[in-house]
Amino acid sequence: MTISQVIYNGMQAFLPFSWAQYDFMKSALLAVLLMTPLFALVGTAVVSKRMAFFSDVLGHSALTGVALGVLLGMPDPFWAMLVFIVVLAVCMYLFKGITRASSDTTLGVFFAITVAFGVMMLSKGGGFNKYTVYLIGDILTVSIRQLAIMSAVCVAILTYWFMFGNKIILTSVNPVLARSRGVSVVFIEISFVIVVAVLVAVSLKVIGILMINSLLVLPAASARLVAGNTRAYTFFSVVISVISGVAGLIYSYYWGTASAATIILWCAGFYLLFALAGRFVRFGRNSILKNT
Amino acid sequence: MPNTCEHCCTKIDNLGVSFGCFPVLQGVSLHLNCHEILAVIGPNGAGKTTLLRAIAGEVAYSGRIKFLIRSDPSKKPRFGYVPQKVLFDLDSPVSVLDLVATTITDKPIWVGIGASVRRQAQQVLEKVAADDLIDKKIGELSGGQLQRVLLAMALTPVPDLLLLDEPVSAVDVKGAALFYSVVDSLKKGYDISIIMATHNLNDVAPFADRMILLNHTIISEGTPHEVLSDRKTIEMFQKNL
Repeated sequence: MTISQVIYNGMQAFLPFSWAQYDFMKSALLAVLLMTPLFALVGTAVVSKRMAFFSDVLGHSALTGVALGVLLGMPDPFWAMLVFIVVLAVCMYLFKGITRASSDTTLGVFFAITVAFGVMMLSKGGGFNKYTVYLIGDILTVSIRQLAIMSAVCVAILTYWFMFGNKIILTSVNPVLARSRGVSVVFIEISFVIVVAVLVAVSLKVIGILMINSLLVLPAASARLVAGNTRAYTFFSVVISVISGVAGLIYSYYWGTASAATIILWCAGFYLLFALAGRFVRFGRNSILKNT
Repeated sequence: MPNTCEHCCTKIDNLGVSFGCFPVLQGVSLHLNCHEILAVIGPNGAGKTTLLRAIAGEVAYSGRIKFLIRSDPSKKPRFGYVPQKVLFDLDSPVSVLDLVATTITDKPIWVGIGASVRRQAQQVLEKVAADDLIDKKIGELSGGQLQRVLLAMALTPVPDLLLLDEPVSAVDVKGAALFYSVVDSLKKGYDISIIMATHNLNDVAPFADRMILLNHTIISEGTPHEVLSDRKTIEMFQKNL
């Protein structure tokens, strides 16, 4: 009996549901449980550092990474895509520092080039349909090899976050303040963009280019609406991400919809709920203050 | 006269800093003792921030900066730095406790902050009359409250040399007065020297032991009264302000 079968049998014992009888659903659930907390964690810093567009560009640039892999004759372009996204992330960070153009403009230029190049190369000869899986993702086809890579990335990013989390938070608040506390801001920022790039590359095929940025941004953006400190921010972000991931996966099974899109709609539901709740709380507080 | 204990002193000799071929500072020499506040005044672009950054070792300089801690001459001095105008997101979920905790512990604050770290943070904030702000989000702080929190961070651990870069430039009069009185109490309570770059010439005068007028080099030096009544100071600030 292989390790994967042992895990599947174990999961079967704890999950007496019809959807859990299929191995592909169990693999998908494992992928969700591995990746959603990471997206939530990294997303807190992406939102605090106002890097939503940056991570969106990284996601879309995957098309060029895939195209390079195909050009190099790789049967699975994952490693080419990973290397390309990491190199691009560092280049974009460095380029942002040397150009006088606004950050949005610089990122827009990278976005245009990488998307156009990727689509051009992949559509050569009319074969773009083969790559639509990268656009909308397919969590139900996640392989044991992908789960192993996700596990390794999960351990690496959690270790990084435990070691440098405080410095990332300080840098997110204000780089000058962080520098005054002896933080090497350049090291923290470059290592952080590499972490975002690796996370995006590893999950791209299961989440999809069109939705990967939403999974980074929405849980943290929702948590930000209600959190009063860093621990609450992280906690709410992780809880929203994991609940949305599991619920979205299960609902997509019963509704026959794309899993990643269903997960994102759950995240968006939390965002709307928290935004409305926050508004009511503020309105109530202001009314009480007016009447006293 | 300043109450110098000579626990530590800072000697700057012929300091120069250039950015490219543009000299920002040249021939700056000064001497600062423990329990002293030195106010650095000067027009915009005079090199006040550059002087502080050179002292903190953040920019390359020519000349010599020597720190001496008499109890342990081999010890490297510890700097505390309060930067000017720290801008951040007003809806940031980071609390005052979170910020101060990053200076006290290496344990990840996103996991949680223990009771002992909270107690230490409370004690540090008490030093700057900001202990009641501990659970506030940083976006809810006024300019003066934020500067006192940044001062608390700069005091953890207690530095040998405290560098304040226009700390009250965005603070109302009441907040500035409270900030100066806190800095004055720190000078008396700890073995530290304080260098404060400022625009608020008259507000800082009662608290500073010495003052220099800087415009790429030292134009005038002495007690606050001597510098502020110097003809060169009056001419410069009439022209620049």
